[in-house]
Amino acid sequence: MERRELARLLSRIEAGEAVDIAPPASSDGDWRVLGVTGAPGVGKSCLVDRLVAAWVAAGQTVAVLAVDPSSAISGGALLGDRLRMESVHSDSVYMRSIATRSMRGGLPARLGKMVDACLAAGWDRVIIETVGAGQAELAITAEADRLLLVEGPSRGDVIQAEKAGILELADVIAVNKSDLAGAAQAADEIRIALQLSESSQPVVLCSAQTEEGISSLLEALDSLPTGRIQALARARQRLFNQAIENLCTHPAFGDVLKSLAAGDIDVAQALRHLGE
Amino acid sequence: MGESLRIVIAKPGLDGHDRGAKVVARMLRDAGHEVIYTGLRLTPEQIVRTVMDEDAQILGLSSLSGGHGFLFPRVCELLKEAELDDVLVFGGGIIPQADRPALLEAGMSAIFGPGTTSDEILGFLASATAAEA
Repeated sequence: MERRELARLLSRIEAGEAVDIAPPASSDGDWRVLGVTGAPGVGKSCLVDRLVAAWVAAGQTVAVLAVDPSSAISGGALLGDRLRMESVHSDSVYMRSIATRSMRGGLPARLGKMVDACLAAGWDRVIIETVGAGQAELAITAEADRLLLVEGPSRGDVIQAEKAGILELADVIAVNKSDLAGAAQAADEIRIALQLSESSQPVVLCSAQTEEGISSLLEALDSLPTGRIQALARARQRLFNQAIENLCTHPAFGDVLKSLAAGDIDVAQALRHLGE
Repeated sequence: MGESLRIVIAKPGLDGHDRGAKVVARMLRDAGHEVIYTGLRLTPEQIVRTVMDEDAQILGLSSLSGGHGFLFPRVCELLKEAELDDVLVFGGGIIPQADRPALLEAGMSAIFGPGTTSDEILGFLASATAAEA
């Protein structure tokens, strides 16, 4: 499929139009969709840029879907992930910026269809990049074959990540900015935290800046056992994503919300309205 | 608020002055649009590829380095070649009045200079997209 046709197809999916896309069959042991998440400023986009460049150098084509939040006030969005991605200017790369629209703080449920559309259009790999805020990490497990959590040095709040259960979701944890002081220590802290919970995900120290550790990161991603994100967990998350999106995109959502806030109806009544 | 548009804001060529582009991008976001900001120093080819990938309806070009006379028309030409000439192109920056007719002739819909208000740009977008629909 041509680049322009794919772009238009993705817009139609985003707009909520029902389009038929056969999810491409994946061969055994093959993984194609990488989810990348992490706090703002840890270097997700730069790291994605390196991964894309490595895959392109290996002769593969890559579609990048970069998700950024829509403003809760204006509904608009400033999508700036391209700023940090030099690798996107290649015939082997398709890049699309996606605003969360009605799914503020989460992931649009339609993202799954968008991933399928990219794969069906013949792109070898898809990367979903999302700001690690709120439910996004959980939601991304519905669509990604591998989940990469990016951390940075001197974030000092590995325990926070542990509390939120994000560490246990990740297949690989990359501690980026290894060229800066404190990165090695942050990686050690994460390793210790993982040992305590008897998890054994690889923790890779790397730098998008110097490219140190990028090949180790790719190796870590490739050598994971398949099917780590279980079918049941993925199905559950897809259902959640869709249910939340159905609520948020219901035509009466705004009105029901106002009635609920004004105390005219209760939550059960609100749900009944929105179920219609 | 009208329909939310997908707008690419780009800076072609060797020009490091991005304050204006960033202010316009932010203003458009606050008006409810989805704005893709590309960053500095792009080639016309890269900009057209971005417009295509992002399926944008609007492209805003900013130039303050004097390169607009070549770069803006080149972008318009490549858009036509890519069959993306339905994309509305506007420009901003330091563009002398004398240069403007040629740019409009090349396919640009509007040129804004220093002192332009947000309302002028939003008004232009609203009437231009309404005329198209």
